[in-house]
Amino acid sequence: MAMFDPVALPLIFAALMGVSILLYVVLDGFDLGVGLLFPFADEGERDRMVASIGPFWDANETWLVLAIGILLVAFPVAHGDILTALYLPVAVMLIGLILRGVAFEFRAKAPLGHKRPWDAAFWAGSLMTALAQGFMLGMYVMGLEWTWAKVAFALGTAGALAVAYSFIGAGWVILKTDGVLQRKAVGWARGGIWGMVLGMGAVSVATPLVSARIFDKWFRFPEIVALAPLPLMSGLLVALLWLALRRLPTANDSFAWFPFAGAVVLMVLGFFGMAYSFYPYIVPEKLTIWQAAAATESLAIILVGTLVVLPMILGYTVLAYVIFRGKATKLSYD
Amino acid sequence: MDTLLLSRIQFAANISFHILFPTITIALGWVLLFFKLRFNRTGERKWMDLYLFWVKVFALSFAMGVVSGITMSFQFGTNWPGFMETVGNVAGPLLAYEVLTAFFLEAVFLGIMLFGASRVPGWLHTLATFLVAFGTTMSAFWILVLNSWMHTPAGHELRDGVVYAADWWAIIFNPSMPYRLTHMLLASGLTVAFLIAGLSAYRLLRGDRAAEVATGLRFGVILGAVLIPAQIVAGDMHGLNTLEHQPAKVAAMEGNWETQGNVPLLLFALPDEVARENRLELGIPSMASVILKHDPAGVVPGLDDFVAADGTVLHPPVAAVFWSFRVMVGIGVLMLLVSWGAAFLIWRRGVEGVPRPALMGLTAMSFAGWGATLAGWYTTEIGRQPWLVQGVLTVEQAVGDIASGMVATTLVAYLLVYAALLAAYVGVIFHLARKGGRYDAPVASPGMQPAE
Ligand code: HDD
Ligand code: HEM
Ligand code: HEM
Repeated sequence: MAMFDPVALPLIFAALMGVSILLYVVLDGFDLGVGLLFPFADEGERDRMVASIGPFWDANETWLVLAIGILLVAFPVAHGDILTALYLPVAVMLIGLILRGVAFEFRAKAPLGHKRPWDAAFWAGSLMTALAQGFMLGMYVMGLEWTWAKVAFALGTAGALAVAYSFIGAGWVILKTDGVLQRKAVGWARGGIWGMVLGMGAVSVATPLVSARIFDKWFRFPEIVALAPLPLMSGLLVALLWLALRRLPTANDSFAWFPFAGAVVLMVLGFFGMAYSFYPYIVPEKLTIWQAAAATESLAIILVGTLVVLPMILGYTVLAYVIFRGKATKLSYD
Repeated sequence: MDTLLLSRIQFAANISFHILFPTITIALGWVLLFFKLRFNRTGERKWMDLYLFWVKVFALSFAMGVVSGITMSFQFGTNWPGFMETVGNVAGPLLAYEVLTAFFLEAVFLGIMLFGASRVPGWLHTLATFLVAFGTTMSAFWILVLNSWMHTPAGHELRDGVVYAADWWAIIFNPSMPYRLTHMLLASGLTVAFLIAGLSAYRLLRGDRAAEVATGLRFGVILGAVLIPAQIVAGDMHGLNTLEHQPAKVAAMEGNWETQGNVPLLLFALPDEVARENRLELGIPSMASVILKHDPAGVVPGLDDFVAADGTVLHPPVAAVFWSFRVMVGIGVLMLLVSWGAAFLIWRRGVEGVPRPALMGLTAMSFAGWGATLAGWYTTEIGRQPWLVQGVLTVEQAVGDIASGMVATTLVAYLLVYAALLAAYVGVIFHLARKGGRYDAPVASPGMQPAE
């Protein structure tokens, strides 16, 4: 079958990995964002914010495991290259993920007096994770080279991604809560939208500048015409979001979904822009997806499993979101 | 210290921390399903109370397992790039199947199991509990397939130094897999049995007379008493299998330097790698020959067989393997004595009549399963040295080229986080036990009430 040939397989796996990363960034993005917003909320509000992500965060994080798994199994050579180059930020992210994931459980089960320190750990873990991921994104765009200028750029994207996560997190809180907390979240979103614009802008401007190949891909005719809608749509969406945030929350809670949905669409657009820039490279300017791919037989056997299981995973993931739809209430094991 | 040694210590630290929590969740998932089904069947409140108490321990352990597991998956790339580059064609699909068939299943249904009881019909909640238990067991299955393949590789071929899969059936059902899987699943069951018995005993000691406490104690003690003989038999078979495939490991476990008959079973010795002999030996004559060959005169391979002509040592470090094996077996024997003793006392005098010293003993054994499990894994993994994949890839070939200072930094950071979290975890579990079954709300119709 054509699907299982050495040209198509690596492409399919690159696409699968892309989808996992995108799902991860959107889904864990809102969890992490909720964590980042913790210092701005009071204790009761924090309980409610945690309740809104309680049933989801574990599965959300699993998309990261899948993405790194695909990198590991489908592109073994690239996997070593990328992760050894990003050794320190990966470690920071892992420790962040550890703190965030366990603080979540501990805050509810530890003696009452320990709740505040665990809340602080939840925030710190979310922050470390978001910053480390933003930093890795920046380093990847810069071709994984540790020079001062490139590290400085990566520090910038670190901050930007953290703000972008808080924006989508605020969007999630607007969607899942009401009353005072919802009104507060609208305020957070108004503050965060600029970080999002700045971050996406910086990456979009920098990517073509560091690589002549990417510059050419974007600005050559006729591609430039076909690509123009990407930035234009993003701009329009930002404007709509800004207008909506000035009017929210509405009396009958209409449009509470809009900031979250808008943030998701922005992230998707940004993601496609990145994917277009880097294709066909997996290690920027060094290794293409075909050079890095594992043996065809092994990829084929994984693909068979994936085609059977992925629809089921998506199915029960949707089921979980349907079961826990609506405004978040108190979190309890009942 | 060099990068290799630091990376090894870091890997050992990370996997040791990770394995603690799956060891609890694998069996506890099934135990929760059992509690739930007993409640569905009898309608007795104590089963629901047991469920609600242990589901909290489960949630906490699961979270610890997940976050430490994520660290595991990144490590292959950050520290051991040679591993995937050489054996990725076998290891990759196995790890991928673990993510696809196990991780998503448990992660999604965990949400429904923990928070969904009031939102879904009862059968769906029970089904979610089942799927979570099933998912954790699938995780263990796939990862142990990979680990066993690393010890007893089969079904592959080497082309230009890279492993290619030839026969997936032979890879999955490699020679040590059935033994390792059985032994590990039993280890998980024992860990949970002693944890439940230990915490119930602790609550009894503190004067908590809730019905669920007595039932919990009885349940834990009986589970432990049933599983431990099975574990000893499984361990013995596992050892015989290892003798066939990794004789150097068994020689190190026995502290046996020379190939000979009438090998004693050493209870104590100080293996000396320089002089290549044991000091202060104390043993049961011919017993090791009996266990391994079922014959007092049976000839058992010794460590001296695994030294190359030029003097290169091809067997694992002896003292570490020798002692960790003894710690595991020692804890196993202790588990046998304690669980059977406690079962006897409960049988003769009932839970109320179990004397305080026995309850204290059980409390002290709460985390005994962890000790035996770690010791067993140290025997297994250190016993494979210098290989990472037996006969295919050495540890040294797989290590990544990273500045040792960087590895040292991250190692210290991980150790600090792990020490703090371990203390917090044990502290919170005992805190939950002290808080006990004080659930405020009365039992509502299907018998569920908020736990927090
Ligand atoms: C509660 C935990 C527990 C207990 C009580 C025991 N074990 Fe064990 N043992 C394990 C938990 C474990 C383990 C952690 O699960 C290991 C590590 C790798 C494996 O497959 O199982 C293990 C490994 C392991 C090995 C190494 C096999 C290899 O790597 O090739 C042997 C020979 C035994 N065991 C034998 C025994 C015997 C004779 C026991 C009798 C008391 C015993 N174990 C009790
Ligand atoms: C699929 C599962 C596993 C894989 C792929 C794996 C792989 C490895 C690797 C790469 C090393 C480093 C080499 C070394 O330090 O010697 C190692 C060593 C080690 N592993 Fe495993 N391992 C697995 C399962 C486990 C488990 C479950 C444990 C349980 C605690 C464990 C305990 C250890 C220890 C203690 C070492 C250090 C041995 C030494 O330093 O000599 N491993 N293993
Ligand atoms: C190198 C070896 C290992 C790697 C790379 C690894 C990886 C992982 C990852 C990524 C997770 C989180 C899954 C999620 O997001 O839900 C996880 C959880 C889990 N792992 Fe491991 N793991 C390893 C060793 C082991 C071993 C040896 C066992 C058991 C024998 C095990 C059993 C489990 C279980 C049952 C879970 C579910 C979470 C829990 O119950 O705590 N893993 N592992």
